[in-house]
Amino acid sequence: MQSPITDPSGAEPLIEFDRVDKSFGDLKVLDKLNFRVDPGERVTLIGPSGSGKTTILRLLMTLEKVTPTADPETEGGVIYVEGKPYSHMEKGGKLVPASERWLRQRRSRVGMVFQQFNLFPNMKVLRNVTEAQVHVAGRSKAEAEAKAGELLELVGLSEKADEYPARLSGGQQQRVAIARALAMDPDILLLDEVTSALDPELVADVLAVLRDVAETTSITMLCVTHEMGFARDVSNRVLMFDNGQIVEQGAPEAIFSEPQEARTQDFLRAVLAE
Amino acid sequence: MQTQWSNETLREIFPAIWDGFLVVLQVTLVAGVIAIVLGLFVAIGERNGPVWLRRPLGALFQFVRNTPLLVQVLIVWTATSLYINPEWSAFAVGSAVLGVHYASYTSESYRAGIDAIPKGQWEAATALNLPARRVWGAVVLPQMARRSAAAVGNWIIAMFKEVPTLFVIGVMEMIAEARAFQGQHYTGAVEGYTLAGLLFLAASYPVAVAMRRLEIRLAKSNY
Repeated sequence: MQSPITDPSGAEPLIEFDRVDKSFGDLKVLDKLNFRVDPGERVTLIGPSGSGKTTILRLLMTLEKVTPTADPETEGGVIYVEGKPYSHMEKGGKLVPASERWLRQRRSRVGMVFQQFNLFPNMKVLRNVTEAQVHVAGRSKAEAEAKAGELLELVGLSEKADEYPARLSGGQQQRVAIARALAMDPDILLLDEVTSALDPELVADVLAVLRDVAETTSITMLCVTHEMGFARDVSNRVLMFDNGQIVEQGAPEAIFSEPQEARTQDFLRAVLAE
Repeated sequence: MQTQWSNETLREIFPAIWDGFLVVLQVTLVAGVIAIVLGLFVAIGERNGPVWLRRPLGALFQFVRNTPLLVQVLIVWTATSLYINPEWSAFAVGSAVLGVHYASYTSESYRAGIDAIPKGQWEAATALNLPARRVWGAVVLPQMARRSAAAVGNWIIAMFKEVPTLFVIGVMEMIAEARAFQGQHYTGAVEGYTLAGLLFLAASYPVAVAMRRLEIRLAKSNY
């Protein structure tokens, strides 16, 4: 089943939200959200807290499930990746909420870096980066360690391979988490406020690594951040969210220099005043 | 009946009490393995098992936790010898009941250890698409083990001290040995019980101290 929105340019979007609803109890976080991301795009999601930005990333990582609609064919409420249903699967020609097995298969091309790093504290740095390579991607231990070595070098932490995460600073832990996510060769990398839990002096190193990744790879990146400078440098497109909907979107220069919507103007004024 | 303390009697009863002590250790070993292993499966089953299993399992172990060990021992012993197999030894049945009883406590300690693991650990495991076996084996259980080790150890010490309950079904631990001796010689109860108490103290105190040390060491560790 193909995604219902056809692109005038003919290119197939990598990610597509078709009228996606997400509620937590009575709280509606996403309200018939439509948006799409092309392959290789770097998209930054900005907006006040509670506006649903992080929920979008969590839906894509399958940490949350979309709120089901009665008839996905006509009402939407479906996420597509690579043109195929992602939050749903086809069963008897109809779209039904995805099974755990389906999600496991589909999310393997998606990686995520978390605000709180979430490294495995019982594993040394090297094993944090090799664990999934060996046990998910099926690589040999030597292969996985070679790849981990390259990535730890990329994030500037080669000499920490043999340490436990607790012995690293927050910024170093976050760089390991980036290496861990990249080790699985994701097509889509989700970055959820990756510098928010860091002391200010540690933010720069993490952003430098991500700039590097953005420049040297073609990974599609979705990034929730309050680092406007980083958003401006790295992203092709900025989406301003409020109340579960996109208020305004455009190239970073346009959004940051000449925001059209009052809510965007207010938000940027508040963030940049910090 | 002699009621005065007698060192002579103490010497005479010692071999019997020592035999009983060895039986206590054997029961502790068997029941301990059951409590440690079964408790873990119960904790995982109640949390992540199939939905149809969670409630019955929870209810069963709630029941086990909230009824006296003595009653369980008598019920199971009577039931097995009347209806299942009268050949089963009191040692085997007693150890099994004791182990299951304490599994109901260790499972709670394991559960607490699992619940204490930050949600982000599960989410990171999902983001890396780790299979359930690895999530448990490589991420959750090693972290849980550190958090639960001392508590489970303390349950095993508590269980060790409850082995004498099994004398009611004829397991020849120390109390049963003391009573048997007294039945034959009309003396030795005081000496026998005292000896049993001292042996319990001598065995459990060092282990309790070691557990306390373990607790402190784990609290200072890297995770």
